[in-house]
Amino acid sequence: MAASKETLEGLAQAESPRARWLQAVLDFTWQRPLGAIGAVIIVVMVLVALTAHWLAPFEALATDYGAMLAAPSAQHWLGTDAYGRDVYSRMIFGSRTALIVGLGASFIGATLGALIGVASAYFGGRIDLIVQRIMDVLISFPLIILALAVVAILGTGLENVILAIAIPMIPRCARVVRSSALAVREMPYVDAARAAGFRDSRIVLRHMLPNVMAPYLIMLTAFLGQAILLEASLSFLGLGVQEPVAAWGLMLRGAAVEFAETAPWMAFFPGLAISLAVFAFNLFGDSLRDALDPRLRTQ
Amino acid sequence: MSEALLEVRNLVKHFPIGGGMFTKPVGVVRAIDGVSFTIRKGETLGLVGESGCGKTTTGRCILQLERPTSGSVVFEGVDMVTLDAAELRAVRRRVQVIFQDPYSSLNPRMTIGQMLAEPLKVHGIVRDKGERELRVRELLTQVGLLPQHAKRYPHQLSGGQRQRVGIARALAMEPSLIVCDEPVSALDVSIQAQIINLLEELQSRLGLTYLFIAHDLSVVRHISDRVAVMYLGKIAELADRKAIYEEPLHPYTRALLSAVPIPDPKIEAKRERTVLRGEVPSALNPPSGCVFHPRCPIAVDRCSAAIPPLREIRPGHWAACHLA
Repeated sequence: MAASKETLEGLAQAESPRARWLQAVLDFTWQRPLGAIGAVIIVVMVLVALTAHWLAPFEALATDYGAMLAAPSAQHWLGTDAYGRDVYSRMIFGSRTALIVGLGASFIGATLGALIGVASAYFGGRIDLIVQRIMDVLISFPLIILALAVVAILGTGLENVILAIAIPMIPRCARVVRSSALAVREMPYVDAARAAGFRDSRIVLRHMLPNVMAPYLIMLTAFLGQAILLEASLSFLGLGVQEPVAAWGLMLRGAAVEFAETAPWMAFFPGLAISLAVFAFNLFGDSLRDALDPRLRTQ
Repeated sequence: MSEALLEVRNLVKHFPIGGGMFTKPVGVVRAIDGVSFTIRKGETLGLVGESGCGKTTTGRCILQLERPTSGSVVFEGVDMVTLDAAELRAVRRRVQVIFQDPYSSLNPRMTIGQMLAEPLKVHGIVRDKGERELRVRELLTQVGLLPQHAKRYPHQLSGGQRQRVGIARALAMEPSLIVCDEPVSALDVSIQAQIINLLEELQSRLGLTYLFIAHDLSVVRHISDRVAVMYLGKIAELADRKAIYEEPLHPYTRALLSAVPIPDPKIEAKRERTVLRGEVPSALNPPSGCVFHPRCPIAVDRCSAAIPPLREIRPGHWAACHLA
């Protein structure tokens, strides 16, 4: 029938998705070298966390009472803490805590936020108004205050820390995603889905959510650095993960404060790790935002 | 002609302007103000009018994408306005839509195949996965695409191909009525003809009924059996295609038709044209009496005082004009 020239041209354009991904990664590296540096640090951090058992010369909890508060040496590269635990090994194991809390909290926070944002934009009207006012109330608390409140209610521990960091992130993500979803809501393909008699849940999840992926990913990566910092802050305040788990924020507190002058390595190196991780995630997140932003309009 | 498939009675849609949780709206846009018409089974009703006259809103109200302020939309004997969400889902299969913009009417994150299979699955039209794939291929060939297109994403297709996908998506639900909301105005002229031909071919093959919304009078003339002319939220004239193009009764219809260029410079130079003065009044504050009277070349005193009802002036030829 009328499967004419235009049909054949459309077929010729197709290329393999893997080649397109590779091209996108290369473009990103070339155009945003800082972001690429951030990405490399993140990849190294992930690899370190995965291979911690092989990389670390000592177990995270191994104590050496013969070498308490020992200065950096050939045996203990970055020195030891007040219990004679190897700082270098604990830093390596600490990357696990940082990544688990960072990824877990920002994934939960951004995903729930995106869901609320898209649903709020889809239903609109009074529902949107009420949901957004609730988000306004939550957003008016600084991150750390809300996180502290959640810890106060739920108690400390890894899971609770993840929740405590995720909850303050929900309204921030919801607001950003909602503004994109409002534009998607007006797209004829959403009308088409409604006219097709699909359920609201299907329209929100299958038709709208995939189309606000760009702001979602940006919020996710932006939250990662913040989540790691927040976890370190909570742990430093004694409200995050608890001893003897290896966590960077935890390594900064207690004996590290007491012996800051005689054994500065106890605080210096974990502090450096926190800074580097947050720096890397922020570099990468910023570059990702810049790289995705112009496409928000065209796609 | 056969019985009515869709009957729109006194349809009204007002959009409030402003107004939040505690404040009252500051005004009302009268997008549609008492529109009535019927569409018979198997026919094409053309709905024409300029931008902002309410023709698209009428289509959206029929589809229940907008809930009308008042009035009824009786489809196959059921008033869709009174249905709740669950009942509406079942009826929606039978009334489908083709949109104007083939770029934004397809979800960019779904392949063509997923898009066409989704309604088949959700409504349980084809339950078996393998059969569903066959049906998708069949739908694609039906609209002049190739089965391989099922794996493509919308951005890999041209405008004409996308519009064909839009048609296939509507057909997937096996509807009896399709609301075509300016389905060709975003396409190149050469592609327009292909799509129009496809729509006509599908109509005769599947016995479809169309509400064809457009502002292009020559396209409407080509495809419609009957034509309704809208002006500022009201129907000005409604008649058979032939009657409306050859003997228009409403002065607005006459002005519209005289604005259509004739591709012959000699005739074009000789013919007398009705040029309307002024702009379309705001739907926020429509004129009293006949909404057309401020721009009407033949208006008399009565026109600003009394609203002219839509009267059957000749058999099957309705017009809303005191002087017709």
